[in-house]
Order: sequence, then structure tokens, then C-alpha cells
Amino acid sequence: MPAERMLTVLVAEDSATDRLLLAQIVRRQGHEVFTAENGEQAVALFAEKRPQLVLLDALMPVMDGFEAARQIKALAGEALVPIIFLTSLNEEGALVRCLEAGGDDFMAKPYSAVILGAKIRAMDRLRRLQATVLEQRDEITRHHHHLLNEQRVAKAVFDKVAHSGCITAPNIRYLQSPYALFNGDLLLAAFTPSGDMHVLLGDFTGHGLPAAVGAMPLAEVFYGMTAKGYGLAQMLREMNAKLKRILPVDMFCCALLLNLNMQRGTVEVWNGGMPDGYLLSTSGQVLSPLASRHLPLGVLGAERFDDSTEVLPLAAGERLLLLSDGVVDTADEQERLFGVERLQDVLTANRDPAQLFGEVMQALERFGGRPRDDISLCDIRMFAPEERVPAPTLYSDSGRSSALDWSLGYELRGESLKRFNPVPYLVQLLQEIHGLRSLTGALHSVLSELYSNALEHGVLGLDSWIKRDVQGFAHYYQERARRLGELVDGFVRIDLKVEPLAAGGRLTIEVRDSGAGFDVHKVLSRPPEDQGLSGRGLSLVQRLGSSAQWCEGGRCAQVQFEW
Amino acid sequence: MTDMHIDHSVLRDLQEVMEEGYLQLLETFLEDSEQRLSQLHGARTANELGMAAHSFKGSSGNMGAVGLARLCQQLEERIKERPPYGIEELIHRIDQEYLEVQRFYRSERERVSAN
Repeated sequence: MPAERMLTVLVAEDSATDRLLLAQIVRRQGHEVFTAENGEQAVALFAEKRPQLVLLDALMPVMDGFEAARQIKALAGEALVPIIFLTSLNEEGALVRCLEAGGDDFMAKPYSAVILGAKIRAMDRLRRLQATVLEQRDEITRHHHHLLNEQRVAKAVFDKVAHSGCITAPNIRYLQSPYALFNGDLLLAAFTPSGDMHVLLGDFTGHGLPAAVGAMPLAEVFYGMTAKGYGLAQMLREMNAKLKRILPVDMFCCALLLNLNMQRGTVEVWNGGMPDGYLLSTSGQVLSPLASRHLPLGVLGAERFDDSTEVLPLAAGERLLLLSDGVVDTADEQERLFGVERLQDVLTANRDPAQLFGEVMQALERFGGRPRDDISLCDIRMFAPEERVPAPTLYSDSGRSSALDWSLGYELRGESLKRFNPVPYLVQLLQEIHGLRSLTGALHSVLSELYSNALEHGVLGLDSWIKRDVQGFAHYYQERARRLGELVDGFVRIDLKVEPLAAGGRLTIEVRDSGAGFDVHKVLSRPPEDQGLSGRGLSLVQRLGSSAQWCEGGRCAQVQFEW
Repeated sequence: MTDMHIDHSVLRDLQEVMEEGYLQLLETFLEDSEQRLSQLHGARTANELGMAAHSFKGSSGNMGAVGLARLCQQLEERIKERPPYGIEELIHRIDQEYLEVQRFYRSERERVSAN
């Protein structure tokens, strides 16, 4: 009877007759056979020849089958070497002993060649199965190391992109696992040229490399546009479009974006799909949640994407707490969630801001939750003026001299006023002038201030007095959005004139609007603190430029810079 | 030889399996089984006797000596009973049976050598 595949078989049997018979039966089935007379010989022969199958008599002198089986199994290690016990012992106890000693099957005497052949084939199937499992396990281990290495490389590249931010600024505290990137968690922070701070907390779908790979283009957009002074709305549109284009259909990025404007004492918020953030008072009480009002980035097409933001007052010392869903989603063994209420309890009980993260982590531990890799916490305090970081300057030219005698007029009308902010473009243009480069921050602040005055107070006719308190604040920005949506006529015009002077040059900025104007003297004569939340930031403008004046009944603002 | 001593179908299978090795098997059995018989007589404890009977049962069974195998089986069982009885008599019957079996396999050996 030819076997499907030839095996090497060890036969250990103390009866000479039976040994001879058995060896012949097995050989005739196409296998190579080694024989042993007792258990000791069997173990030695096994170690030397490493057969694939063992037929072992239970009762043998010197060393019996049970002990031989134990030793052979130990020598075999991870590989499966099937052992078939040969026995006429038919008491249950004896048969159990065979199994416990490592036997995989029995053969009764007298031997049947047919049954033996069937058992050998069956045992060989098991042996091959085990060998396949070990092989695949080793392959999986190799792939796993390969994957880890890829992640290491990806992280190194990402860290180069990410380090250009200000996450280490003194007013930011954060807690993030080193594996955060590969859980899709992203935390970015950077200053704009005029000293505002942009913060992004994001959460990409998925795990591992696919979750991390969207983070790089997003970070590039965030840092690039922030450095050029773009506003949140434009950045959001750009980020959404980019992610929609490059990510597969079922992937997206939940995100919470902030713009902290120290000058005005405001924070602008956009939350698409992230858990609620919290605005905290100086004593740590929750003043308001920053709830998700939008779909995540990368889901909607450009026409349906909503870039509208919420603006809230934020005084110096007040804080914003952002967190990823790992906190609230932490579950214990009964699958109960930590949840928003427990988190708010921690916030309410907190007395010392420096301890808040520790208290959250302790609460999670006490809750008995399984530790997770995707917990990101970020605490941002409204910063004081001395905490500003000078923005990195972005030059793309070789430093050749630039035009010093030119003028430019730029008028935005009607529909364009609704969605387009010309300030970043104009600032970039002005950066062509070497002498002005060190003033980029001031230019950005002045142009932003004059433009928003022209638009909000001039064209839209909003009274800055409305913003005097917190309720008025919300009302003001609701009105702004409404009036902007209904806008049909109106314009804002910006004129730039650059002329050379003896040892340098002079830039004249004029911003005109189609509004009703205002009483300049009255506003300027108010003490600066009064100009606080409301006011047109006129004293700021006066401070930053070489000179500032208002004409045409307040409809035209003129600021000059000299170098 | 009559049926109660040897199972001839087993013998036919043996011949087929062993092919040219059949003669050697017969020689081995004849030598082996004499040893087993003296082991049986020389056993000093019930345990030794039981194991000797067990082994003899095994090889006789494989060779088709069904009568011998059955007697060894009986001996194995008898030893376990309390009190064991008729052991001497059973061993005597095994001796007798073995003489018959031995005679048969010797003549079988002659037959095969001649061919």
C-alpha cells in the first residue's frame, strides 16, 4: 500500500516478534523505519534521527513508553511529532495514562495494517497542520517588525513637519501618548504673524499608518496658512478640500480649530465631530461647552462645506480645555463608559489648573477603565502680551532688491466681501519689500484691524458698543453673520503706496468703506480700557504705525510705515 | 492443525505483509516465544507473572496463535483476582498449548524453507 508521502517512523517495541512485524507493516506503506527495543533506546534514536512519527509500546523494560513519550515530546519542542501508543492495555486508567504522557492515539494488538495505515495518515495531517501554523506565525512576526519599522520612519518624517509649531508655548499644557499619531490623534499650534494663536486638535479615522498619513498634508496646510496670516474660514476650506480629495471615501478627520485673538480678547471656534471642548473661567468653572456643530473635515464637498465659526469672549487667564474621544470612551469590564458627566465632575472639583490632567487620569484609573493609547488632552490659557513668539519669516526669493516705487488699489465688492479675506495676500505682497519684513507682524495686525473695522462697522453698520458684555458678544457675531449673508451692495477698498525716502522708504495704507463713517474724535478721546471689548482698536493702530489718521468722516483710515 | 489453535486468515495476512521476511518472522517468533515461556515460569511475583502473560498474549495474538493468546489473557485476569486461584493449572495448560503451537510453526518454517 503506497503512502501519499514518505515519513520517517520510529518503532519502539520490546517483543522481537511484534517489532519485526510492525516495522514491516510500516515499511510496506512506503515509510522509512527505525526500531528500538526499549524506552531509553527510543529516546536516543529520536534525538539522533528526528523521525516524524513515533510508534511506542506502553510497557517496555529499562524505560517504559510513558516516560519515553514525555522525553520525546520535550525534545520535539514546538513541532508536533505524533506518538501512537501500542498497547493491549484496555483499562481506562491505562489509556488515560497514555494520553497524559503525551500520546496522540492508540493502536491495539493484534496489529491491523489497515487501521495502522489510516492512523498514520491522520496523524500526518495533524503534523503538517502544526508545521504550517508555525511557519505562518514566523511570517507574521516578520511582517509585524516590518510594520513597526515603517511606523518609526513615518513618525520621524512627521516630527520634522510638526516641530514648526508653538505647542511648547508657556500658555499651553498638553498630554498625549507617543503613539497618538498612529491612533489618528493630532495636536498642532502656531502663531500668526500678528500674534494670534491657532490650535488644532484632530482625530483621523482608523489606526496605524492609514490614520497617520493624512496628518502630514493637514499639518502642512495648517502651519503654512497660519504663518501667512490666513483666517480660520479660509484654512478650514482649504483643509476640507484637501482631505476630501486625498482621503478614501470612508476616511475623514474630526477636528476642533481655535483662533485665539489676544488683542480683542476673543476665541474663534470650529468643531466638526470632536467631543465638546470647554471654556473655563479663571477659577476653573465651566463657562460654556465648545460643541460640535459641523461634520468632520473631508466629508462634504466644497459647495456644502460650512466654514462658519463661533466667536466667544476669552479674557486673560480664562482657559480652553480640549480632549479627544479616548477620555469619554474609556470603558470598564462591564462596558460602561466613563462619559461626559464624570468628566464634568472632575472639572467642577478641580481647584488647581496645574493638577487638572493628573486628576482626569486618576479619575480614569479609579473608574477601572482599560488604559488606552488615544487619550489627548490640551489646556490653553488666554495668553498675556509678553508670551507672544515672533513669527518665522517665510522668504522665497534670493534676496535681490525689490521695487520701491509703486501703488496698488484693491476693491472688494458685494459677494466677494462675504467669503474672501484679502489681508494675507496683501501682506505677502508687502513682504517683497525687504525693509518691511521685520514689520510683518505689525502690518498684518494693522491691515486686519482696519479691514475688519471697514467691513463690520462700515459696510455692515454694526455698532461695536453691542460687544460690551458677554451676551452682547454672542449677539454681535450672530448679527454679523446675518448681515453678511444678506449683503448685496457695499465695498471695502484698500490702497497701497510705496515710495522711496532718502535712506529707506515709506508705505501708505488707505482703507475705505462704503459705510456711514463715525466720530473719530469721540472714540479716540475715550480711555483705552473702555475701548476694550468694543472699540475699534484705534489705539493699537496708532501705536503700530508711524502715523495714523482718519478722514472722510471716518470712512477712510490712513496708516503709514517708514523704514 | 485445527482451527482452535491457529487462525489461518491471520497467517495468510502475515505471509502477504512479510513477503520474503516471513521466514525470519517465524524464526523470530519461535525463539522469542521460548524465552517468554521461561519468563512465565521464572516469575517470582504476581506482577512479574502478569506482565509476562501480557507480553506473551500480545505476540501470540499477532502471530495468529489464538488459543495461546486466550489462555494468556485468562492468566492475566486470574492473577488480579483475590484470592488468585488455579494459577498452576493454567500455566500447565499454557505449556500444553505452546507445544502444539511450536510444532505447527516449526512445520510452517520447513514448508517455507523448502519453497
